[in-house]
Amino acid sequence: MAFASIHIPGFLIQSAVRAEPALRNRAIALVDGVPPLWTVIAANEPALQAGIQLGMAKSQAAQFCALEIRHRSRPQEKTAYAALLDLGWSMSPRIEDTAPDTILADIAGLASLFGSAENIAAEFSARAALLGLTANVAVASHIEAALLASRGFSGITLIPPGEESQRLGPLPVDVLPASAETLATLDRWGIRTCAALTALPLLDLSERLGQEGVRLHELARGANIRSLMLAQTSLSFEEEMELEDSVEELEPLSFILGRLLDQLCARLHARSLAANSIHVRFELDPAFGDSIECQKKKPRTAPNKKPAAAKTYEKSLNLPVPMRDSKMLLKLLRLHLQSDPPACPILKVVLSAAPARPRPAQAGLFQPISPDPEKLELTVARLANLVGDSNIGSPELIDTHRPGEFRLSRFLPQREDFLRANHRPSTAFRIFRPPLPAKVDLRDARPACVSFNALRGDVIAASGPWRTSGDWWREDTWQHDEWDLELRFEPAHNPHRNRSASLAKSPQQSSDGGVYCIYFDSLRQGWFVRGIYD
Amino acid sequence: MARNLAILRSQVESALAGRVSAPFSYRDRKIMETVSAGIPEIDSLTGGLPRGGLTEICGPPSSGRTSLLVSALAERTAKEEVCALVDGRDAFDPHSAEAAGVSLKQLLWVRCRNIDQSLRATDLLIQGGGFGLIALDLSDIPPETVRHVPLHAWFRFRRAVEDTPTILVVLDQESNAKTCASLVLRLGAGPAQWSATVEPHEANFPLHPPACLLDSLEVHAEVLRSPLQASESHLDLGKTGTFAEHFISAEATKVFPGAPPFAVRRVGGSADNFAPNALEQFFKTKAIWSPAGGPPSMLKPPLKYPFK
Repeated sequence: MAFASIHIPGFLIQSAVRAEPALRNRAIALVDGVPPLWTVIAANEPALQAGIQLGMAKSQAAQFCALEIRHRSRPQEKTAYAALLDLGWSMSPRIEDTAPDTILADIAGLASLFGSAENIAAEFSARAALLGLTANVAVASHIEAALLASRGFSGITLIPPGEESQRLGPLPVDVLPASAETLATLDRWGIRTCAALTALPLLDLSERLGQEGVRLHELARGANIRSLMLAQTSLSFEEEMELEDSVEELEPLSFILGRLLDQLCARLHARSLAANSIHVRFELDPAFGDSIECQKKKPRTAPNKKPAAAKTYEKSLNLPVPMRDSKMLLKLLRLHLQSDPPACPILKVVLSAAPARPRPAQAGLFQPISPDPEKLELTVARLANLVGDSNIGSPELIDTHRPGEFRLSRFLPQREDFLRANHRPSTAFRIFRPPLPAKVDLRDARPACVSFNALRGDVIAASGPWRTSGDWWREDTWQHDEWDLELRFEPAHNPHRNRSASLAKSPQQSSDGGVYCIYFDSLRQGWFVRGIYD
Repeated sequence: MARNLAILRSQVESALAGRVSAPFSYRDRKIMETVSAGIPEIDSLTGGLPRGGLTEICGPPSSGRTSLLVSALAERTAKEEVCALVDGRDAFDPHSAEAAGVSLKQLLWVRCRNIDQSLRATDLLIQGGGFGLIALDLSDIPPETVRHVPLHAWFRFRRAVEDTPTILVVLDQESNAKTCASLVLRLGAGPAQWSATVEPHEANFPLHPPACLLDSLEVHAEVLRSPLQASESHLDLGKTGTFAEHFISAEATKVFPGAPPFAVRRVGGSADNFAPNALEQFFKTKAIWSPAGGPPSMLKPPLKYPFK
């Protein structure tokens, strides 16, 4: 039985760096508190070397040049903690969430997958790096020994069975989970390390510090034995970021979305999952506009006016196949946001993913040509951005008798289960949307001459009328008498010979004639050209 | 003499090194795979629609351009390929397409408002890749507007579909793609075929006058440019070097059989003077599905299919 402890040193700083990787090698200090009393609560090594001290006021810290000051962000800490748990579950199903910056994993049986304990620890460390975290990993046969080693030693630590006391000896007693009073007592006794603590007689220690002293003695020797308290497996993938300054443009927003998507996809990858859909939620600046439709930015509300509640903007991106390519997802999100942008500046970004099993990558050798689903989704999104969401899709016929009724559904190519019967060529029809108003001269109740769009044509042959009607119970009822007409346009209206007529932009003007479908609308009492057979 | 030629050749090659890989060798023209357009007479005439090439179908209204396109779409979707239609003027009729056998689930329909949108949408679709057939329908856009499309746009399309299995079909009123098109087919409208006068069914329609039905459209097809002719000309390339401008001309006449879509569909819910079901059944059996006449005549013998 072996356990691995993964500890994130300087968790607050690392969670900030994870959200903003450009800060990785720079001096950074985190401030927190009630404004204006902001004080430094955490700083990394370069900042401490530069002279930053914990508890220092923000105004004092701001005097240091080349120091990045960030406000503490609990959402970032929450997502970093979730990433840490994902790291554990990516390796072992038995995980204990010991602390926000520490997890314990049961690594029994992982040797067949990763090899030796050293390899397992290295794998933990590498996967943590992929998630944007730098971890201390310790492997020991006892839980508490692994925990103390990960908190006390940087990098990878391996403690062979039986050497716990020896290996933990150099650690300072500060790593032990003791109260401040006990630590102060030990400090007064001159006990600085675990080795010094274990050298004390247990009975005497018990007389002076009670049960806590015995427990600390056991911990310092690495002799404490307990079981893992397993964490509940969670499939929640959410990343969020609070912005100090509101974002108005799509370009800077793309950087933020890209960063969050990178983290989200790394977490999904760690769990061998992909995103089935991406949900975006923006918290908008309430100071701008009362309506969500506010396109023109309004000035901030007057100081005496009660601040408005934060508005949110939500958008879901349903994917045709599970994906975890952050670049592809970012392109899709950008296209969707371009077509329907939020109306007000953004203060907070929350991205969540619905996990699903990734699709198998290999397609059949003899399958017919079809677009790659991921690229197809991107192409369709680009096209929707170009022509509008309502103008792209797969046509779907509606079960109605109303002429020309259809709806556009989302394009998801589906192979039909049944084989279509051999089709035979048939005359296709082109529709004029909307129908063109026409003037029709009748002779013996049959059309003899038709004029529409500055064209006038004689009827050569006619077929009709075919009366259709329906939906009489609705307001948009219809009653049409349809005719199929073969028209020959008069030479004066022939655009091939008439320059002015050809310049008129109508689709049916550049021909000597054609076969048209016209109808008389009994309700509107007018003639219309529905389309042309072509 | 031969030595001088060899020296001269090596000098030219060294001067063009890095810019032209083999200045004295002809680039092999790839033999394009062709697929059926769904109409045997057109296939016989053209050899089929070339994959990885631009096919231009031009002609006036009612000349059968859309019927040919829909037939090709039906053929491709029946083979489970994914197709796309860029509709320049939003004139596509899904009902008639479905009646012609197009699997609408396999068809991506992009409804554009102008030619600029249409060209950009086509470009995006080609770049997306994976489509069996991409159709750009500019047939309702005035020819003078289409004429203003720069040649480099067609060239870009040609290069984009090259070496892909995609068939790019462009519908317009006049041929505009020039040498960028692998196949140019010009269609001409013949007289419409109307079925014989239907005698009124005395029992059901005593007051209804005799009527006729639009039966079919006669279409003349003419090949202006063909990939198979170009590949044949390639054999004489060293002598003439004008294969790119070589045009061929052949004609065929095809009568598209079948009924117009409005006669095929069900008749409306409320029929004042007609008995819808009886009328539908009557037309289906007696008028609509009657054969369109004898076998289509070929004015000229079809071109020999070169790859057999």
